[in-house]
Amino acid sequence: MVATLVRLRLLVLRNSLKRSPWQLVAVIIGGLYGLGLLVGVLAGLIALSFAPVELTSTVLVLAGALVVLGWIVVPLFAFGIEQTLDPARLSVFPVPLNTLLAGLTLSGVLGVPGIVTTIAAVATAASWIRSPLAAVAAVIGGLIAVLICVVGSRAVAALSTTLQSKRRFRELGGVLVFIPIILLGPIVIGLGRTLAVSADQLPAIARAVGWTPVGAPWAIAADVAIGDWGPALAKLVIALATLAVLLLIWRAALASALVTPAATGAKRVAKGKTGMFGLLPATPAGAVAARALTYWRRDPRYARQLITVPLVPVLLWFYSANGSGEWVFTLTGPIIAFFLGIALYADISFDGTAFATHVADGVRGLDDRLGRVWALAIISVPLVLIGTIVPVAVIGAWERLPMLLGLAAAALLSGFAVVSVSSARIVIPVPQAGDNPFKSAPGAGFTTALAGFATWGIVLLLTIPAVVLAILSLVLDSALLGWLTLVVGVGLGGALLVLGLRLGGAQLDRSAPEVLSRLKSLRSAA
Amino acid sequence: MSDPSAPALQLTGLRKHFGDKIAVNDLSLTVPTGSFYGLVGPNGAGKTTTLSMATGLLRPDAGQSLVHGIDLWREPLKAKAQIGNLSDGVKLFDRLTGEQLVTYNGLLFGLERAEVAERVADLLKLLDLEQAAGTLVVDYSAGMTKKIALACALVHAPRLLVLDEPFESVDPVSAANIRDILTGYVQNGGTVIVSSHVMDLVQRMCDHVAVVAHGTVLVAGTVDEVRGDSTLEDRFVELVGGRTHAEGPEWLRRS
Repeated sequence: MVATLVRLRLLVLRNSLKRSPWQLVAVIIGGLYGLGLLVGVLAGLIALSFAPVELTSTVLVLAGALVVLGWIVVPLFAFGIEQTLDPARLSVFPVPLNTLLAGLTLSGVLGVPGIVTTIAAVATAASWIRSPLAAVAAVIGGLIAVLICVVGSRAVAALSTTLQSKRRFRELGGVLVFIPIILLGPIVIGLGRTLAVSADQLPAIARAVGWTPVGAPWAIAADVAIGDWGPALAKLVIALATLAVLLLIWRAALASALVTPAATGAKRVAKGKTGMFGLLPATPAGAVAARALTYWRRDPRYARQLITVPLVPVLLWFYSANGSGEWVFTLTGPIIAFFLGIALYADISFDGTAFATHVADGVRGLDDRLGRVWALAIISVPLVLIGTIVPVAVIGAWERLPMLLGLAAAALLSGFAVVSVSSARIVIPVPQAGDNPFKSAPGAGFTTALAGFATWGIVLLLTIPAVVLAILSLVLDSALLGWLTLVVGVGLGGALLVLGLRLGGAQLDRSAPEVLSRLKSLRSAA
Repeated sequence: MSDPSAPALQLTGLRKHFGDKIAVNDLSLTVPTGSFYGLVGPNGAGKTTTLSMATGLLRPDAGQSLVHGIDLWREPLKAKAQIGNLSDGVKLFDRLTGEQLVTYNGLLFGLERAEVAERVADLLKLLDLEQAAGTLVVDYSAGMTKKIALACALVHAPRLLVLDEPFESVDPVSAANIRDILTGYVQNGGTVIVSSHVMDLVQRMCDHVAVVAHGTVLVAGTVDEVRGDSTLEDRFVELVGGRTHAEGPEWLRRS
């Protein structure tokens, strides 16, 4: 049965690759990237075998702990969790729970990230080659660590699904719960960076991390190498206990997921209440905006994109408090603008085949584009203004306000412009409405990341004029240049937006049926 | 402008292939204005593909779709304004309430707010969805979803209704109500084309019928012409073939 599940996972992967050459390209790029990474890591691991024991253990424990944290934290806010074998769909088959766990774990290991991590983890033995016993311990510890990675990421995913099927967490709440978890990663990394200033403290930190659940599996070999059998055994117990606890959490979450299929919890409002449709103008574009705003509120996939908003000021405050200078904190508004500006890059993909409504009703491309940007503007403009003005007020740097507003306007408006064109062209595999917003569509990780980064790259290019003016105004301490940044940011951004809406609208008028066909084929692939 | 003497829908030489598979092969069909047209065919015959190409959801490899004389693929916005479309196999914006969804469709067609509100109220009443007006469409049953999709197709008072499997999972009472609505709509000059598997229903409801298989029209005409002396179902089986008289595998009969 375990073998069947693993075969099924590979089969689904193969079939989805057959359907879309781009996914194949994405997987190949991912594979090459992983391979390159692996070669580098292996070289490093072998080099470490010539280093003193303390250095080797410090590097391995810290790097290993980061890998484990990355596995558990990164999927939550970056690429989603690969769930080709959706437990909910397997619930109709009489598969014993433990078999299911084993099958899902194995199929989780058998992806590009899983294979790379496994090889690297086992290869830590190479670093301990001078002490054969430690090398054996490294293999055991490494394998446990890989299992912690996979099971940990699945446990968090399953937990998020379970939380979501509870009414209270279904909408915005389901996403907000994860903000602390997401912040955990940057804070740990940030702390690490602060402490790294004094490199001589790293061994001490590594020793401490070695006793934590994320560091323990990597630290076993280090203790064995110097003959500290007691601590080695204790860390083995910690690592196994971590794995056991994660398995229990996952098992419990899975068990409840199998018997509570996608909860509905019907929600109703009184008749005659059309919400946003009554507030926004009764035009096609206004209707599209009203629909989009309703989705921003009701569909957690949209809310997920707002996670970065509280993240930005916290991180920037953290950096500015750690000696980067107060000015970093004032960048909150422009950076939020940069993130929110492209929030629409998967908007049509989020519609899925419901986009057929727009095609069938003969909605003009321009109205479609305008409505979506309109809705995003209603959400993002106030957030960006608050994010720009509040830090300035806190620090009292009012003279910088025009410059910062100009930067924010440039980032936001250019973002709107770029996604107005790109989302009319590029269809991205996304979780379907009602799915876990953190789940990634099968094989979508790299395509999504690629599209996101490409979009950001273009936005960055378009904001260069405003950025240059802003830097000049800082360097020359010129208020005039600050005001000029505002004029250019708003003016150029506005012009780009008009152009983007027109180009995107024309694009959609030409190719809406093709976009719909791609959405359909994506859906049947998922 | 639309030509008053032109048929409600004229398909000529429609073709579509998906990879190696030819879904629709040189299909031509004329749906006269004021007719109640049934499109029947076995699973995978190309009904949905044909209707998608007719209504602008899927671009044909070749061929034309004229809606009241307007070339749909040349002037899509103008042609689509004439069509009320219920398509099978696509989702709705189901995070909206039923009332919001119909309102949304009305506004997308550029209707006035007051006009939309009035029509939405009428349609919800007509389709017996008043109780569910404030419920999210995602929480609707399959039959209710079909009905709300029908309301969306009707809200802009189209001249041509294109309905793909409108009766699937709809309860008998609602189906009868929908039939009455459609019949009334045809009597007042509208044109309806429905696809269905249910021959009996088509025979009772439609005045014209086309049998489609393997992406082409096998026979088309008035229901009486097509069925001749037998029932539509027998005629259909005769045309399409493939009826088997086995009792299924032995292991299935034992249980």
